[in-house]
Amino acid sequence: MTDTAGTTTRAGVEVRLENLERRYGAVSALNDLSLTLGPGELVALLGPSGCGKTTALRLLAGLEEADGGRVVIGGQDVTNLPANKRDVGMVFQSYSLFPHMVAWENVAFGLQMRKVGADERKRRALEVLELVGLAPYAYRYAVQMSGGQQQRVALARALAIRPKVLLLDEPLSALDAKVRSRLRDEIRRVQLEVGITTLFVTHDQEEALAIADRVGVMNKGRLEQLGPPTEIYSRPATAFVAEFVGLTNRMAGVVKDGEVEVRGARLPLVQPDSANGPAIALVRPETVSLAPEMDSSPGPLVGSVIATSFLGATSRVTVDLGDETVLAQLTTADASKLPPGTRVRLVLRPDAVLIAKDESTAVEA
Amino acid sequence: MSRSRRAKLQVFRVVTFVVAAIFFLAPIWFMFEFSTRGNGENAARTLDAWKAIGTYPDLVAGIVASLELAVITSIGILVVLVPTMVWVRLRLPRLRRIVENISLLPLTIPAIVLVVGFWPMYQWIGVNLSDSILTLSFAYAILVLPYAYRALDAGLAAIDVKTLSEAARSLGASWFTVMWRVIVPNISSALLNAGLLSVALVLGEYTIANNLLYPNLQVEIVSLGRTNATVSIAVAVASLLFAFVLLIALSFVGGPRRARAQPQERLVQTFARDLSGGQR
Repeated sequence: MTDTAGTTTRAGVEVRLENLERRYGAVSALNDLSLTLGPGELVALLGPSGCGKTTALRLLAGLEEADGGRVVIGGQDVTNLPANKRDVGMVFQSYSLFPHMVAWENVAFGLQMRKVGADERKRRALEVLELVGLAPYAYRYAVQMSGGQQQRVALARALAIRPKVLLLDEPLSALDAKVRSRLRDEIRRVQLEVGITTLFVTHDQEEALAIADRVGVMNKGRLEQLGPPTEIYSRPATAFVAEFVGLTNRMAGVVKDGEVEVRGARLPLVQPDSANGPAIALVRPETVSLAPEMDSSPGPLVGSVIATSFLGATSRVTVDLGDETVLAQLTTADASKLPPGTRVRLVLRPDAVLIAKDESTAVEA
Repeated sequence: MSRSRRAKLQVFRVVTFVVAAIFFLAPIWFMFEFSTRGNGENAARTLDAWKAIGTYPDLVAGIVASLELAVITSIGILVVLVPTMVWVRLRLPRLRRIVENISLLPLTIPAIVLVVGFWPMYQWIGVNLSDSILTLSFAYAILVLPYAYRALDAGLAAIDVKTLSEAARSLGASWFTVMWRVIVPNISSALLNAGLLSVALVLGEYTIANNLLYPNLQVEIVSLGRTNATVSIAVAVASLLFAFVLLIALSFVGGPRRARAQPQERLVQTFARDLSGGQR
């Protein structure tokens, strides 16, 4: 590996988005968004289409103008600076390499804009290409490279200018699953190696949870929750987060004295001060286990297996309880003992659960 | 596809090609034949008419003026149209259809009607600005607008203008650099197409120049035809061949690198759609 210290390393800076607003006519794309990225931190913004995550990134890049709020990079207010003066590197969702330039020329473009001499910019371009493992492709045009290679060159191009902040706008979404996973790890490796503050926008929860130091879940222009991936998954702050991140069973229940009773089982609540009354409990499939039921008499937690989805080491079993279906995530070995038609009894692990009061919190596909 | 069907298709192609070639080349050949006739019934072939082209000062001036007009019009229309079209794509996409319709308007208005509109404007230009024939380039820019627009639109459609521009901007490029270093190199075929179409159109233009009383090449050819038909025809053949060669060159513009044929294919498709009354 080339010593990249002189090529791309730059002490990470703090990035602050303060009360950002963005409206398109009557539609509010960003609503009072505040977010701080620590120096060298990778924050992933996660959310469904239209939630405002890309708008936030474009405001940070200067590709759009905010209707309100401030963008501060490394202590400097850049809200009114044009995109070409902000010192950010960006990788786009669609392939953005300049088709008339070979890979190293693409990488050197930003350096040329910064008046770096011809020899120096070629040397640095080749070094950064080596950082992303593409030195042998330095003289290829975009059409001569795969999608994954093009995005790696785009990453090298963004890093070559030693930006204060790196912005990744769903850079993996156009790639196939295997390449996506590999490139995701590569982006993280390079980001850690360079130590650059990075904002990563994605709608893929697996991607966000795997790569980020912290994940921000957005909905309707607002940040619903910001925290480490484990916290987002295991202690979602809102019903939206619980349903958007990971799979969730929506089970009818009744809140009573800080607990929710679901089909006879009493589960603690994340918010024990919730008002008593009917509610929808959000139960993770991995907190549901299944036991074969020999007794043929019906019961609230007794049902039949109707389908099993093989996921590799684990499998997802769908159980029909008569009036609703429930997903349970089991090891594949356990799931294989429960073929479709098997009568099973559900056992709900007494983890604290969130409740949704009505259907309006359901996540749109 | 069966062998006999393939053979029939091949025959059809050859026949179509030959018929089209005769249709286009026969008039030029007969014009050439006329321009090389000697005096008298059994006189030998001669290139006297071709050699005499340079001896008519008005004709030479007309040729020079038309060539200058072609260059000015081509460059002018590209300088105005490219940034406008890119800007509309990037910032005002809702106006794209309107700009397209306005650009295509000159196709639907007969040249003689355009002249009626131009007449008072050129009277004013002649009195207040200049009476140079080169002012005709304003009128010609409008005349070539639909062709240049179509060629450029095909070129811009073949690249992701928005992403390329934003990528360049984020790397520190000014808008001028974005245009000059990123957009223009990627639509070079379209630029050449638009330029050559403009040149061909300007070299063949007669109606506007004649009615506005500007002696361009075509006006001089007609004028000369009244006194010396063979020289007039020789010049006409030369200008036809020049335009013909330019248009043939369109087919060979660009190299095999990066699939440059695509914008041209789109250009042909969009023209075909227009001719059939289809909508973009």
